[in-house]
Amino acid sequence: MPDRQLVDTPFVPATRTSRQAILDRVRAATAGFEPAPVRRDYRQAGAHPQPDPETLLEVLIDRLVDYKAEVTQCAITDVHTAVTAFLSAEEAVRVVVPDGFPDEWLAGSTDSESGLVRLDDTGPLTVDELDAADGVVTTCAVAVAETGTIVLDAGAGQGRRALTLLPDLHVVVVTADQVVARVPDALGRLDPRRPLTWISGPSATSDIELNRVEGVHGPRRLRVVVAESG
Amino acid sequence: MSTTDQPAGKAEITQWPRATNTGHLHGDYFPRAARVALADPQLRRNIGNATTIIREKRGSVVAELDDWAELRAAGAAIKDATMADLGDHLERLETEVAARGGVVHWAADADEANRIVIEIARRAEARDVVKVKSMATQEIGLNEALAEAGISAWETDLAELIVQLGDDMPSHILVPAIHRNRSEIRDIFRREMGNVGVPAPDGLTDDPPALAEAARIHLRNRFLTTDMAISGANFGVAETGTVMVVESEGNGRMCLTLPRVLVTVMGIEKLIPTWRDLEVYLQLLPRSSTGERMNPYTTMWTGVTQGDGPEEFHLVLLDNGRSTILADPEGRPALRCIRCSACLNVCPVYERTGGHAYGSIYPGPIGAVLSPQLTGVADNPSLPFASTLCGACYEVCPVAIDIPTMLVSLRAKVAADPDSGDARERAVFRSAAWAMSRPQRWTRLLRLMRLGRFLARRGSFRNLPPPFNGWTATRDLPAPPDQSFRDWWTAQRDGGGDA
Amino acid sequence: MRVALFATCLVDAMSPGVGKATVEVLERLGCTVEFPMGQTCCGQMHTNTGYPDQAAPMVAGFQEAFADHEYIVAPSGSCVASVKHQHEWIAAGQLTDRHVTEARRLADRTYELSQFIVDVLGVTDVGAFYPHRVTYHPACHATRMLGVGDRPLQLLRAVRGLELVELPEATSCCGFGGTFSFKNADVSSAMLTDKIHHVLSTAAESCVAVDASCLLHIGGGLSRNRTGVTTVHLAEVLAATEAP
Ligand code: SF4
Repeated sequence: MPDRQLVDTPFVPATRTSRQAILDRVRAATAGFEPAPVRRDYRQAGAHPQPDPETLLEVLIDRLVDYKAEVTQCAITDVHTAVTAFLSAEEAVRVVVPDGFPDEWLAGSTDSESGLVRLDDTGPLTVDELDAADGVVTTCAVAVAETGTIVLDAGAGQGRRALTLLPDLHVVVVTADQVVARVPDALGRLDPRRPLTWISGPSATSDIELNRVEGVHGPRRLRVVVAESG
Repeated sequence: MSTTDQPAGKAEITQWPRATNTGHLHGDYFPRAARVALADPQLRRNIGNATTIIREKRGSVVAELDDWAELRAAGAAIKDATMADLGDHLERLETEVAARGGVVHWAADADEANRIVIEIARRAEARDVVKVKSMATQEIGLNEALAEAGISAWETDLAELIVQLGDDMPSHILVPAIHRNRSEIRDIFRREMGNVGVPAPDGLTDDPPALAEAARIHLRNRFLTTDMAISGANFGVAETGTVMVVESEGNGRMCLTLPRVLVTVMGIEKLIPTWRDLEVYLQLLPRSSTGERMNPYTTMWTGVTQGDGPEEFHLVLLDNGRSTILADPEGRPALRCIRCSACLNVCPVYERTGGHAYGSIYPGPIGAVLSPQLTGVADNPSLPFASTLCGACYEVCPVAIDIPTMLVSLRAKVAADPDSGDARERAVFRSAAWAMSRPQRWTRLLRLMRLGRFLARRGSFRNLPPPFNGWTATRDLPAPPDQSFRDWWTAQRDGGGDA
Repeated sequence: MRVALFATCLVDAMSPGVGKATVEVLERLGCTVEFPMGQTCCGQMHTNTGYPDQAAPMVAGFQEAFADHEYIVAPSGSCVASVKHQHEWIAAGQLTDRHVTEARRLADRTYELSQFIVDVLGVTDVGAFYPHRVTYHPACHATRMLGVGDRPLQLLRAVRGLELVELPEATSCCGFGGTFSFKNADVSSAMLTDKIHHVLSTAAESCVAVDASCLLHIGGGLSRNRTGVTTVHLAEVLAATEAP
């Protein structure tokens, strides 16, 4: 494989011969290999009796708390109160607000008296600005009850991935209709072509004697508002 | 399109390339390395404690799922099905990644993969790269290759950071610094962080949260300013071109999101055919590896997304001996491995020796079958014997790799290999087989063995000559009885005696 | 019921008492025990050390010896596991198609002693009397390859006079592993030390298992350390009765 080829052909894979060699080899290697068919006897999406909505939220909250997220449950009309409470409890002043985050969920929290400074990602915000922010508020795409997982898909109210990565406090609003029972239920609701971030609790590590310690590089505090309609 | 290799026939497959010698796959002689490890009380304690904790955690979260057996069966079957059509899936993945703005590279071996990554770094004018923990890049010795090219690779996973700062080798697939306890980690941080960047905070204690905080401070600026990142991949979805990395700390998200250029080195066995298949592995992997219902962060991306994350994405597909394993029906199941490390955590050998004794960056039961297959048995002849075949690994493996059976088959390959086989041992076993395969000869041998009784002291042997001295160094061996079972049977039954 | 005893080479050579006990228990339960004299060894040690080619004649010999028997019973989990899980592979690689078919046929007919008593004979109380404090080590192959589960414990619990103490870390391997105990003597010893530590922590008089090979290993360590604790095969416990 001459190195020159790589230098001369910008951004085109230059390793054509290896490509063909690998493909030829894997095809020859598996010729005649007929494995058993895949049986999906596990619980698939929707295939099992879904828990009632109340249990679903209960499980979600239980799992979130188990992995050291703080959770508030409230009516959809009270989201702004819960969000504001989380922000002020953490003394978050400079707060990133992604495009599409419902204004009414922030009502009263960014006016002049509350002292909060709203950072919009029109610009966009630089990494230093994000790093200097105290927190970020977002919506989410899906939440998985059984694992206590919240999935972001960079949709409205969530923003690009860096917004939820650099600020040390992440406040996320989950609405009841976004909660599914198990992992298989979640995948069907997601679009693989969007960048996806699955979040289960705050950043953590088990690298020191296999003890779980919360808070490394990602947001060290995860606050979840679980909102029910009516 | 030119090709240097002809499509291989059956006979040629054995001539296929193994992993190149660049990386970290080659072990010392295991019994010797193990002896050193066994005598290290700190290591014994650290590994013993850690594996005990993780075994319990895994056990409880696995028990939460009543369909675990079915998930496990599907996890194995999907991987097998992927292998059966791996060529098609690789091409599909390439098409999808390219359609979404990514660039796919093919690396036949470690050297080629390293050359590709270095070339991408040169183009990006990157002198520093941040890295997410990746077995594949360790396998190919990428950090060393980058260093030779004048590029500094910074590990960002906490355990990898500990290993890198301590100028150490990883000893576990998932928790590379499992052999270090908190005070050793504090000492490494205090001593080394200042030499390569932001020093450890004054008065750093060995409290795990304080150590995590020190890592955060040390790496923060590195994340914000480095232009290029290198990762591995846990899965690549052929039908969508999606690549996935699971992690805990957020260092992965940093690397996968902030730098302008992202390079992912992925073994060709990491493919799964469909998006939906992830529903199986997203349940199997976290519960098996960290013993969590779900790991804190999982990032999935498909090519390049405008305005979100890297502007350039390169996917390097790595063979490095994998297609050779694929050609061996008995070795093939090793390619199902999702690197969860559950087999390490339950292995009674690993638990006592730790990972370094295996030499390769793939230690423990899976390492004992994977490393010799990647390098060829001649380069790792002692690893297939580093197991009692107790079966604990198979029992927990989320993709049902029958490691004990594979070890037995590899042992036969070692014994048959002219360079690694032990001719004396073969001769001893041959004469034993000669005597044991005919009842008349066996009966005579049993009677002969009785003579051994005169050499025993008080009914047992305490000090036998080689090769039995390995046994009698720590264990007695009872003297043979004065009558074998068959002689008793003949005397009592056929001889008409009364039992 | 006619039962063919597969004594296994180790019991034949080193632990004839286990063989005698097996015969005694089976006969007490109404079986007619036969001992096909053509039998020698299952070939496991050769197979597991890398010599399936040399194990092949033993596999063929096993098939010859036991061809006509409906029930083949052995007091050894690992030898039964070898018959059930390795013979077919060896036959496929080293012998003829006929041997492969025969390997499958005999695999279905071969039983570990506790499985045979509980599953086939449907008995858990074999009428034994054994007034001692014992602990039970679940041998790896019996547990993981054969899935004997708690059958040996069911049998032990029904033994009169017997006090059963739970063994800590019971399922962790004793470190025998056939030739592993020579080739990796240091790791093997480290494992055995922990096993002995756990056995001693139970204050039992004896350690019981369903595999004579594990018992040879554990017993070798107990004896070397002069612990005063012995090993005893499940068959020997079950064979013991009150009336001499
Ligand atoms: S062999 Fe199985 S248990 Fe071991 S690391 Fe791979 S997937 Fe996990």
